Amino acid sequence: MTEQDVWDALAEVADPEIPVVSLVDLGVVRDVRIDGSRVRVEFTPTFLGCPALDVMRDEIANRIAGLGAEADVAVINDDSWSTDRITSEGRRKLREAGFAPPVPRDAGAPTLVQLQSAIFRCPYCGSPKTRLENIFGPTPCRSLRYCESCRQPFEQFKTL
Amino acid sequence: MQERADRLLAIADDELVLGWRDSEWTGIAPYLEEDVAFSSIAQNEVGHARALYELAAGDLGTTADELAFDRSPSEYRCVPLVEQRLADWADTIARHYLYELADELRIARLRESDDEEVAGLAAKIEREETYHRIHAQMWADRLAGEPRFVAAVERLWPAAVALLEENLRPQLGERAGRDLPSTTVLVGLERGAHTDELAELWHEMTSVRRSVPGAAW
Repeated sequence: MTEQDVWDALAEVADPEIPVVSLVDLGVVRDVRIDGSRVRVEFTPTFLGCPALDVMRDEIANRIAGLGAEADVAVINDDSWSTDRITSEGRRKLREAGFAPPVPRDAGAPTLVQLQSAIFRCPYCGSPKTRLENIFGPTPCRSLRYCESCRQPFEQFKTL
Repeated sequence: MQERADRLLAIADDELVLGWRDSEWTGIAPYLEEDVAFSSIAQNEVGHARALYELAAGDLGTTADELAFDRSPSEYRCVPLVEQRLADWADTIARHYLYELADELRIARLRESDDEEVAGLAAKIEREETYHRIHAQMWADRLAGEPRFVAAVERLWPAAVALLEENLRPQLGERAGRDLPSTTVLVGLERGAHTDELAELWHEMTSVRRSVPGAAW
């Protein structure tokens, strides 16, 4: 078993709340280390109050057990994750499933003006004529938007 | 270690209790979008409490659940501001607005900490709190000049000042454009004092835990 085998296995663990993307797509797996028959995986929650956290931890442990190793899964509550860590593959999958991916965080923390601006494109028709319906949504990581062009409400992954 | 745990517990208790109060709007907010907003904010605050409890629990040799649910009401370190059950929307927005204003300052202070665990967690919390502040500011702008909101901010201001340690209070006064309350006004509002409403909330919040001690879910 190599570290790559572990990464490959984790690439099959779906986000319990947005199952189109895997934990690897989300960029939440921070480190994988093999020590004999033990595998240590460090991962960060997207949001601290994410109810899927325990499910993710258990699923990671299950996959590692499936590789015949003993899992040591650590949840790291530091600042190492931002939505900029979502891979381009992950962004593509989100868009296909009707979630607008987050905009880059590089420029700093989001502002209301930014959230109300047209930088968020509709994942269905690509139109920039979208408006903010609610900063918050059905899970901590999502906002609600509405497309004025195709008249479709859609969910936006918050920029974090 | 005890000192670090004490500081973390004060914030964790504020976040847990406020999160609980925020969640009371689920289903009965003035309109659906605010049901969603307050439920989500509540979930975030409880999530922050959990992470802070976990850090404190490591120092104290206990668990986050034990800290959150197994202490008696008098052992909680939250401020009276967050304990109040507010059934009025203007009061709720006033508390939300003042809380976020104060919380921003103490999180910024924690981020400057030499303690990497504390600074890292504070930075993560800050990413989420950005959205709470945008929401609070949006409402404060919308209700600016509304007599009920203005009166609510006026009434809750002293209790909000009590959220912060003394050295951060002048900064809060500047941000809010308000004078700091005198020590006489702050009697009964400072950290350490509790309202009867905390005991009521505690009974409800810990009922499952007390009915099946040690249960995990």
